Amino acid sequence: MFRYMLAACMALMPFLPSGAQATEVSEFTLDNGLHAVVIEDHRAPVVVHMLWYRVGAADEPPGRSGIAHFLEHLMFKATETLESGEFSDIVEANGGSDNAFTSWDYTGYYQRVASDRLGLMMQMEADRMRNLLLTDEDITTERSVILEERAQRTDSSAGALFNEQMRASLYLAHPYRIPIGGWRHEIESLGREDVFSFYHDYYSPDNAILIVAGDVTPEEVRALAEEHYGPLEPSGVEPRERPHDPPQIADRRVYYEDPRVSDPYVVRSYIAPERDPGDQRMAAALTLLSNVLAGSGATAVLPRVLQVEEARSLYAAASYSGTNLDDTVFSVFNVPVPGVSLEEAEADLDRVIAQFLEDGIDPEQFARIQFQWEAEMIYAQDDVGDLARMYGVGLTSGLTVQDIQDWPDVIASITPEEVMEAARMIFTETTSVTGYLTAPGL
Amino acid sequence: MFRILAFVALTLAATLPARAQVDIQEVTSPGGLTAWLVEDHSIPFVAIDILFEGGTSLDAPGARGATYLMTGLLEEGAADMDNAEFAARSEALAAYFGFDSYRDSINITARMLTQNRDEAVDLLRAALVDPSFEQSAIDRVRTQVLSIIDSNQNDPSDLASSELYAQTFGDHPYGSDHEGTAESVQALTRDDLIAAHRGALARDRVHVGVSGDITPEELGLLLDRLLGDLPATGAEMPGDAPYNLTGGITVIDYPTPQSTAFFGHAGIERHDPDFFAAYVLNQILGGGNFRSRLMQEVRVERGLTYGISTFLVLFDHGPMMLGQFSSSNDLVAEAIDVLHDQWADVAANGVTAEELEAAQTYLTGAYPLRFTGNATIAGILSGMQIDEMPIDYINTRNEQVMAVTLEDISRTAARLMDPEGLHVVVVGQPEGLETGN
Repeated sequence: MFRYMLAACMALMPFLPSGAQATEVSEFTLDNGLHAVVIEDHRAPVVVHMLWYRVGAADEPPGRSGIAHFLEHLMFKATETLESGEFSDIVEANGGSDNAFTSWDYTGYYQRVASDRLGLMMQMEADRMRNLLLTDEDITTERSVILEERAQRTDSSAGALFNEQMRASLYLAHPYRIPIGGWRHEIESLGREDVFSFYHDYYSPDNAILIVAGDVTPEEVRALAEEHYGPLEPSGVEPRERPHDPPQIADRRVYYEDPRVSDPYVVRSYIAPERDPGDQRMAAALTLLSNVLAGSGATAVLPRVLQVEEARSLYAAASYSGTNLDDTVFSVFNVPVPGVSLEEAEADLDRVIAQFLEDGIDPEQFARIQFQWEAEMIYAQDDVGDLARMYGVGLTSGLTVQDIQDWPDVIASITPEEVMEAARMIFTETTSVTGYLTAPGL
Repeated sequence: MFRILAFVALTLAATLPARAQVDIQEVTSPGGLTAWLVEDHSIPFVAIDILFEGGTSLDAPGARGATYLMTGLLEEGAADMDNAEFAARSEALAAYFGFDSYRDSINITARMLTQNRDEAVDLLRAALVDPSFEQSAIDRVRTQVLSIIDSNQNDPSDLASSELYAQTFGDHPYGSDHEGTAESVQALTRDDLIAAHRGALARDRVHVGVSGDITPEELGLLLDRLLGDLPATGAEMPGDAPYNLTGGITVIDYPTPQSTAFFGHAGIERHDPDFFAAYVLNQILGGGNFRSRLMQEVRVERGLTYGISTFLVLFDHGPMMLGQFSSSNDLVAEAIDVLHDQWADVAANGVTAEELEAAQTYLTGAYPLRFTGNATIAGILSGMQIDEMPIDYINTRNEQVMAVTLEDISRTAARLMDPEGLHVVVVGQPEGLETGN
C-alpha cells in the first residue's frame, strides 16, 4: 500500500497524539501573565524548550499578509546583545538544534538541547521577545528568502496553489482565507514598520506560552522561568476577535488547471466546528468520523469501497483537524484511477457517503478505532517533543490544559450514534466548496 | 545504504555533559539470529526496526521495479488473510507496521503493545514470511505505482536526481529509478514478485534493532518466531557501480517559476580512513545548519534560496557527495556561481580553525541528544549494524570526530572535492544557463 501525498490535503494524520495522562504534566503562570506547561520525561538528559505566541497569520492587518511568518524569520537576527545569527550559533555550539514555525493561530520557537542548557535557552528567548533590532538590509535580504520559500513550497506545487484557492473560497471573511506565508504581492510590499509594529503589539509575556518537555522538574522550570522571563513587562494584549463568515448560502466551485498535475482529484470542503474549551464532543465525533471514513487504507469506508472493492480510486480520504481557534474544515478527497473523470469521481464520493449515511457504522470497526486511540496514549509518550507541540497547538487554539487532558476520555465516550449525527450535520449541509485540480487536456 | 548520513559521535568534551545513556545488548536467539537491544520498560510497548541489505538494487534484469512493488504488497494480504482482514487485525491490536524500500535496503518498522505482542508478531511474521501476492492486490498496487511513476515525471526534485544518477551510474541499478518505468512495471508478473521476495528477504542479510519493553529472553524467542522461517540465503548482491559522471551543467526544461538544482560528484566510503574528516568537512560546507558555508553565502548573505545543503550519500556500491537547493529562475545562475566559488575555495584552501572547532563542538554535542524514544533508538541500532559499526561505536566515535585536524580536512577536501568534476542538474526555466561542460 502506498500512501499518496496530496499537496492539497491538510495533514492526514488519522490519530493525533491524544493526551498525556500517563506522563507528568503540570502548569503555572508567572505574575506577568506568561503561562507555562512542563512535561516530564526522564529517560534521556534532553529537553525541548518552546515559546509559543498567541498570534499568527490570521491576526495580520488586512492587505499585509505574511507579516507573522516574516517576523518568525527575522527573530533570528540581531538583538541588543546578540549579533545576527548568533542565537542559532550558540544553540549549535551547545550541541542543540533550533527552529521556528508559523500557522494561522500561533507562532512558535523551539530548541532541543541537553537539559542543563535550559537556562541559557530561556535567557536568549526572553531577550529576543523584547530586544530585537532590525536593519533595512536584514529586511531586504530576508524578504528575498521568504519569497524563495514561497516559490519552493507553494508556487512550485500545483496542489499547494490549488489549496490556497480552496481556502480563499471557503472562508469569505475570516482571515483563515489567507495563506500562512502570505500572498506574493503582499509579501513583496512588507517593510520594517509593518514587522516592528506587529512585533511590539503581540510579542509579550502575557501573550506567550512556555512549554518545556523532557528531563526537568516543574520546580526547576519555574525557578528558571522566574529568573529569565519574570522581569519582562506585560503589554496587556487583548483576546483575539476576528471577522466571522456570514452563513454560506451558495455552493461554490473551484476549478484549477495546471500542466504540472499528473493525478487529477476532487475535494469537497465544509466549514466545521472546532474544539472549544469545555465543549469538545462535536469535535471528537467529527474526529472519529474522519477515522471511520479514512483512518485506514483497507478498512475505512472511502478507501475500502473506492480503492479496494471497486478499484475506481487511487486514493480516497477524509480530513479534519479540530484544534483551531475558530471554525475549521472537514474535507473529503477522491483521486480517481485513470479513465474515471472528476465528475464521476465526485459522484462516487456522493454515492459512498450517501450509502454510509444509510448503513451506519460497523461496530467492529468502531471498537478497533477506539482501541487505537487508547493505544495512542501509550505510544505518544515515546516522543515528548510531539506532546509539547500538541500542548502548544491546543493552548494557542484557546483550549486549557484540562481540555487537552480530557480529550482521550471525551473520544472514548463518543457513541456511534453521535458520530452519525455529526456525519448528517456535515454531509446534509448543502453548502460546501468543491474543487477540481486537473491539467489542461486531461 | 541510501541514507543521508546523519548520525555520528558521542561527546567527551568537558563542557558538554550529555553522554548517550544507552546500554546496547547483543541478543542471540535459540535459532542463531542476532539483534541489538536497548531494554527500557518505562512505556509498555516495543519498537522493532529491521533492515534487509540489498534493497531495490537486487531487481533481476528486465524486472525493474519488482522489489519496490513487492515491498508495497507485503501488507496487502498474507497467510489466510486478504488485505482488509490483515488491516483489521493490525488495527484491533493497535500494532503499526511500515514497509519501505530503498536502493540498498528494505526497511521494516513495527510498534507493538506489550499486552498483545505475541499476536502482533504473528501478524507481522505472516506479512514477511507468507505474503499472498493475490492477483487483485497486485493489480491494485501496480496502478498506484504507475501513478507514482507518473507523478515523479512532474516533480522537479525527482527529475533532477534521476538525471544525475542516470548520468553517473548508467546501466547499474543505481542508474534508474527503483520504482521502475511504466513499461517495466506493466510487465511484472506474480512470479517476478515471488522471486523478488525470495531474493530480498533472507536471513543472511537481516539486521535488527529493538528498543522498549522486552527482555533479552523474550526477544530471542521473538526473533525466531518472526524471521526464523525466512530462507537462509537470498539473491546475490549487485557489483560495484561504474562512475560515468563528468563536470558540467544539465538543464531540463520544466515550466515552473523556480528552478531546482541537484548537484554533486563521487563521495567517500564509510570505511575510508578519511571518512571522519569528510564528514566534518561536509558539516562545515553544507551540513544543513545556518552556520554552514553554503547557507551563509547563498541564503543569509544574498537571499538566493530558502535552503541549501550537501550530504554524503553512502551508497554501498558507489558513494556520492551530493547537494540541493531551489532558486527562482532569475536567481539560480548566480546561486550556482556562488556554489562553484565555494566548492573551489574549500578544495584549495580547506576551512578555518574556527569552522572546524564549531563543527566538532556541534557534532559531538548533538549526538547524545539523538538517543530519545524507542522508535528512534531502534532505527539507530539497525543502521549501525548495516553500516558494520562495532557495538561499542557509540562510546568511541566521538574521539574520532575530535581527532580530525585542519590538515586532515585540507587533505580530504583536496582529494574529495573536485570543482572541475562537479555536475549540476537544473530543472526549471533558468535564465542564463544551458546544458554544457
